[in-house]
Amino acid sequence: MTASAPTQSFRDRLKAFNKCVCDGARLMVGQGDYGTYVAHIQKTHPDQAPMTEREFFRNRENARFGVGNTSGFRCC
Amino acid sequence: MGAVQKHGPWALVGALGAAALAIVATQRGESINALWVVVAAVCVYLIAYRYYSLYIADKVMRLDPKRETPAHRHNDGLDYVPTNKTVLFGHHFAAIAGAGPLVGPVLAAQMGYLPGMLWILSGVVLAGAVQDFMVLFISMRRDGRSLGELIRAELGVIPGVIALFGTFMIMVILLAVLAMIVVKALAESPWGTFTVAATIPIAILMGLYARYVRPGKIGEVSVIGFVLLMAAIIGGGQINEHPVWGPAFTFTGTQLTWMLIGYGFVAAILPVWLLLAPRDYLSTFLKIGTIIGLALGIVVVAPHMQMPAMTKFVDGTGPVWAGSLFPFLFITIACGAVSGFHALISSGTTPKLVDNEMDTRFIGYGGMLMESFVAIMALVAASVIDPGIYFTMNSPGALLGTTPETAAAAVTTKLGFPIAAETIAQTAKDVGEHSIISRVGGAPTLAVGMAHIISSAIGGKAMMAFWYHFAILFEALFILTAVDAGTRAGRFMLQDLLGLLSPRFKDTSAWAPSMAATALCVAAWGYFLYQGVTDPLGGIYTLWPLFGISNQMLAAVALTLATVVIFKMKRERYAFVTIIPTVWLCICTLTAGWQKIFSPDPKIGFLSHADRFSAAIAEGKVLAPAKSMDDMHKIVFNDRIDAVLAVFFVCLVVAIVVFGVMACLKAYRSDRWTALEADPKLAPAE
Repeated sequence: MTASAPTQSFRDRLKAFNKCVCDGARLMVGQGDYGTYVAHIQKTHPDQAPMTEREFFRNRENARFGVGNTSGFRCC
Repeated sequence: MGAVQKHGPWALVGALGAAALAIVATQRGESINALWVVVAAVCVYLIAYRYYSLYIADKVMRLDPKRETPAHRHNDGLDYVPTNKTVLFGHHFAAIAGAGPLVGPVLAAQMGYLPGMLWILSGVVLAGAVQDFMVLFISMRRDGRSLGELIRAELGVIPGVIALFGTFMIMVILLAVLAMIVVKALAESPWGTFTVAATIPIAILMGLYARYVRPGKIGEVSVIGFVLLMAAIIGGGQINEHPVWGPAFTFTGTQLTWMLIGYGFVAAILPVWLLLAPRDYLSTFLKIGTIIGLALGIVVVAPHMQMPAMTKFVDGTGPVWAGSLFPFLFITIACGAVSGFHALISSGTTPKLVDNEMDTRFIGYGGMLMESFVAIMALVAASVIDPGIYFTMNSPGALLGTTPETAAAAVTTKLGFPIAAETIAQTAKDVGEHSIISRVGGAPTLAVGMAHIISSAIGGKAMMAFWYHFAILFEALFILTAVDAGTRAGRFMLQDLLGLLSPRFKDTSAWAPSMAATALCVAAWGYFLYQGVTDPLGGIYTLWPLFGISNQMLAAVALTLATVVIFKMKRERYAFVTIIPTVWLCICTLTAGWQKIFSPDPKIGFLSHADRFSAAIAEGKVLAPAKSMDDMHKIVFNDRIDAVLAVFFVCLVVAIVVFGVMACLKAYRSDRWTALEADPKLAPAE
């Protein structure tokens, strides 16, 4: 995502940086990248329809605070 | 590449760090600039990261960049996803950073900044970061399994159950202590109470927005929430002045305790999207933002340290918490130096997202260094305020009385830090509070320190009250998030444990067991919270050491697991990497635990304190700080409960270490690799 080819313009790099910050901020609250998920399903299970963005969001929310998951638990 | 080119720059970093440390350590009489502390810390981190973490990665773990991680093996686009190293670092850091590294160093400042600073730096390099890194590595090699499962698999079923039970008890103490910090910060403070109370409707509004209006737009909803929060802080200032609303939002500690207990129960059973998740966004982003802001503030303002490098309280006579430097300093600063709770995070979601084994060094070791830096900043914030103010805020009310005059007299004569009554009154006015006397718990002190630093950069004196309440809000917000998330997690743990007795309890979707487990969990931390808040010595005095002991013991357990795995990997010649911190933590926690139980000094030992009070009861006398016979009985009972808890923690760690040593011996006698990695075929040949 941040692979910087020499031809990459400043704009592209800014875009990549922005994506990194946004992805990072979303993952901090347990929301993975929806695009990555869709790409994964399309590649590995082309017969299945991926969850919609809304379903994905709820799925991740429940997983974060769900049974047996301490990831939503804040450390001291 | 020549050795000079390779190591030369690092030698310079080392020299700079050594020089900064020398300046910090040898300066006497006049105050030093806080930047020296920061420079010394950063240099230590850089050197430790460059050399020691590399040594661990190469020699102990033998990380293999070609080996498949769980994120690739089980890639499902959801829980297991190969994730960019920087993004994952942010995720991991946000999960480990909490209130602990902010509060512990503030309390430890009663001995001066030097002992705390040295322990934070040496502790993180040799123990804390090693633990986080090792547990992340171990979990990653085992499909991202949790700490409890890892202990069960590598040490045995009984240690697994002991560890599960211990983790639950530690969580109870943690939640009680965290909740107490909030109560202490909000008691008799209408401004703070209003602002923190306002976060509940704000979060619910955000939750509804993110659920129905614009699902998944976290950035958008967080901006809305942030704007409303700032409005709430400003509104709190108005409430504070208001003749009707001011008193309406003024509560005593006991009232707040009951509210918090009720809130904890309700919040833990509400759907997560309504309250917990949206507040999680606010607290996470506010936390990261404030940490960055504080770092910038310290660099820009470059404040002077007013606290002496060492105070006379290293002998254990300090008013903030009881006990001498060894072992109690190493208990007081838990998070920031080494924190057992990180073992739960490092065996949580992070190992399932690692893209390449080599990334774990940056995420595990580097993430903990970052957390330690937060602790250093908290220490700086506590040390830049006038020591007289520091002791006014952190000493028990029984010592200080209630007016600025009595407090100034007590701090000046009894503690030896001269302060004028006017300064106390003026500081309270500056931060928009009625009183700053005996505002124990660390959070208000940190808030004053932060307000001092940030207002020097932005807004000046006029903005100080705003920044103070901003800091209080920031701490209260993530503590409350921890309280409801922790109650939920504790409920699941408890259902798991009770499920061992009666399988019906295991059903987490059934209504009755869930309610019962939630109620039990809330009652458990609520009991200690109530005990702490009503404790005439201020609660922190009694409960913080118990929390520190339990947290460090969990670290000892995690490091024992790491040692066992190193032996099973047949890397025992490098096992000193985890044995040294394990032994040190055992020495500290067992000594502290022993003293908390059996010390003849009633200030330290729970039992001698109980004896003193029960002797007085037998004679029909009421001892201060108790006000009635009822109080007397309560104190004796609480002391005994605390002593039992300390005994429990001591037994827990001893049991795990014994099981650990046995497992190590067995692995040592074996002639081959016995570690239970997910794919043992990949074990490197000896």
